[in-house]
Amino acid sequence: MRDRKRLLTRLAPIPLVVVLAACSSGGSDQGAEDSAGGGSDTAAAEGMGPGPAVKEATFDQNGLVDYTQQPYTPEAYAAAAKVNDGDDDCSYYETSKKDYSGQSITVLAPPPPNMGEPMAQHGAMFKELTGGDVIIENVSVGELYSKAQTAFQTGVSPYDVTVNFSTWIGDFGDFYYAIPEEYTSGTGSLATMLPLYKEIYKWDGETKLFGIDGDRHFMKYRTDVLNDPAAQAYFKEQTGQDLKVPETWTEYNLIASTLNGFEVASQPAGVPLAGSVEIMKRDDLMWSAFINRVAPYAKNPNVTTGFWFDENMTPQVNNPGFVRGLTEFVEATNYVPQGGQNFGLSDEISAFGSGQGIFSYTWDDAWSQANQDDSPIRGNVEAAPNPGAEEVWNSETQQWDTPEGGVNRAPYIAWGWSSAIPQGSENKQMALDFLCFFANEANYQVDLTIGRTGVNPVREESFVPEFWVEGLGWLPGPTQTWIDTLQEYNTASNRVFDLRVPGNGPLMAALADGVALALAGQKDPQAALDEVAQKWEQIVQDIGEDQIKEAYQAVIDLENS
Amino acid sequence: MGINFYKRLFLLPGLLLLIAIIIFPLLFSIRVSFSSWNVSRSGLDFVGGANWARMWSDADFWGAMLRLLNFGVVTTSIQYILGFMLAHYVWQGIKSGRLFRLIWLVPLMTTPSIMAIVWRSIFREDIGAANGLLKSVGLSTIGWSTEIVPAMFTIYVAEIWQWTPFMFLFLLAGLLILPKEPFLAAEIDGSSPTRTFWRITLPLMAPISIGAILIRLIESSKIFDSIFVLTSAGPGNATETPTYFLWKRSLTEFQIAYGATLALTYLIVMIIVLTIVAKVLTYISRPRGW
Repeated sequence: MRDRKRLLTRLAPIPLVVVLAACSSGGSDQGAEDSAGGGSDTAAAEGMGPGPAVKEATFDQNGLVDYTQQPYTPEAYAAAAKVNDGDDDCSYYETSKKDYSGQSITVLAPPPPNMGEPMAQHGAMFKELTGGDVIIENVSVGELYSKAQTAFQTGVSPYDVTVNFSTWIGDFGDFYYAIPEEYTSGTGSLATMLPLYKEIYKWDGETKLFGIDGDRHFMKYRTDVLNDPAAQAYFKEQTGQDLKVPETWTEYNLIASTLNGFEVASQPAGVPLAGSVEIMKRDDLMWSAFINRVAPYAKNPNVTTGFWFDENMTPQVNNPGFVRGLTEFVEATNYVPQGGQNFGLSDEISAFGSGQGIFSYTWDDAWSQANQDDSPIRGNVEAAPNPGAEEVWNSETQQWDTPEGGVNRAPYIAWGWSSAIPQGSENKQMALDFLCFFANEANYQVDLTIGRTGVNPVREESFVPEFWVEGLGWLPGPTQTWIDTLQEYNTASNRVFDLRVPGNGPLMAALADGVALALAGQKDPQAALDEVAQKWEQIVQDIGEDQIKEAYQAVIDLENS
Repeated sequence: MGINFYKRLFLLPGLLLLIAIIIFPLLFSIRVSFSSWNVSRSGLDFVGGANWARMWSDADFWGAMLRLLNFGVVTTSIQYILGFMLAHYVWQGIKSGRLFRLIWLVPLMTTPSIMAIVWRSIFREDIGAANGLLKSVGLSTIGWSTEIVPAMFTIYVAEIWQWTPFMFLFLLAGLLILPKEPFLAAEIDGSSPTRTFWRITLPLMAPISIGAILIRLIESSKIFDSIFVLTSAGPGNATETPTYFLWKRSLTEFQIAYGATLALTYLIVMIIVLTIVAKVLTYISRPRGW
């Protein structure tokens, strides 16, 4: 009896060991192996699905697209302008000739309104036109990355389309199906996308992201405050300088701190005026806002070896340029609205849009909010490139340089929403057709006019004031400043781009952790960024220096373009 | 096929369930902790004790542990004191006792995330009720979510508000089953209510108190919802506890192997600490002479 027990005790772990062994043998580098043929002809041919049958068009050629008559029409779309169908490959007319009856695709998307709403709107219409079912699986923005990553790493393919941040391409690029060239040229939906963004949506020379948005960060400022005689007199008295649109972050901070709490006649009733509205909440895209603060101090046009790392892959996040930017970011905590140190992106949009700040910078959303009919500051906001710096750190000579013209500008081309088709999708053709329909001329135009969709201008035809003035009723003067700013970004040199390498998530999280410690006063800027640099070295070591270096070269190429 | 075989057969479903949801994940996590599974490399290679060495020197993780220790001790102590007071109050018999019991249980029945959203609206710095109240009495406002001490205070308040009713319920149940004889004897001997409380009620309640405190310590160590909603672990990392830290490393940054190491360490530390706490409490509350 005792022997039997002993035997059972010894045998008991065997099934567990077998299971563990099975797990360990199946896992490592599975994703990399699967993705090795990414974009190859073999991979492209696999999993395309049955494709559409051909049917008679059910939508008139060049017909009027009436969003109030679509199967899913939330309030924003119901109020949208009716637009003519385009003549691109995926127009309503062309799409209505495709029969996807009995087929379906699953889309991983954030919840409405940002991206979730247009996905639902156009998904429902796609079904009406083609008969194919578009199943939208909504998860919170914070969960998008982990849902997709889990699917890719485990080799399970529950999604045919994933909505994502374009900055994740370093982690996911190898898992994405390459978008055929016909979609980015000729009469394809993405043909008129600006060359800059066409490059951003590429990975390893292939278009891996179906770009549906184009972003950059720029400054919004209150003209009613800067032009207010009383404010000008007060500023002159306090600083001895004239009040004008800031050229540098130092000037920005000076104006914001001096006029913080100043009472101007045009201020919306009951709304205190703060100097600046910024994103400072640690886990809510603060790292992205912070990049603006350091860019002109750390992006030297004479240094071609990279903004984030030097040629030896030594992190530059704690160089004097970054420290200077963080020091001024910390100073800004003194003149943000009450609770502003805990503002995320949505807080920034609503706070600036309601008139709580003189300045704001980051995405277009706060701009759109300020220009809406119901905005209390409508007509009192203009746009300009983000401030520059009067000196810039040279990581090669380890000295501060004085820029030509006195101000170093370093526009930040921030990541935006994009979408992709996983390699594992079994119905890629339908996914392609859906994304193409999503991004067709009519839908793109209407999505642009609804601020909360998350779709921002990215195609050549959007960069004319008439589109916005006539389409949305925006005021011509402010709109022109915005268009000019965007155009300047499109053609600027010395631009800063996101760190589009494997491990972007942990790298940016480490950066946000360090910056948050400095903002909270728990560490001084230098110590906080030294800690970030240490963590970056660890992350680079964990992921693989060669792998990151190779990907980083593409970022350097963009920076130097 | 003896009776013993059938006995074992009936155990099998439970055993398999145990293996599937506890033993296997635990062993798998141990195995993962010795791999380099991260955002760009999935699977189970072997990197020795690299993750464990990294964990040992991770000041952020141990800082979160210390914050949790502080948080657990403070909130559980206050919950215990308040819960005992309320339970004692009801036990002694008050008007509308049933109504109070019901009202005091409302926080316990509220979903933590919903509760946290309510508290967040109260502690909003610009339009929240807390600052509104301070302003109305002429006091300056407080940075509830942007200053370190107030941010910790908001988390503590939310936690105490939600879980004091648990203590109340647990301790009231204990009070209701206490034998009546010692109290009658004390009354006959002329013992004051205070003396009766310290000499009879509290010692008799010791085993139940230890159970309640341990359960709350375990539960409070798992706090996540309130922190996520109220402060996102900020300002800085002032309200970051191990669960939030683990979540960030594992599920937002996808440092799966390192996250497994942290989770196992957390489990080991909690087992050790709670065992010590239980022993100490048992020792303190052991019966003594009058």
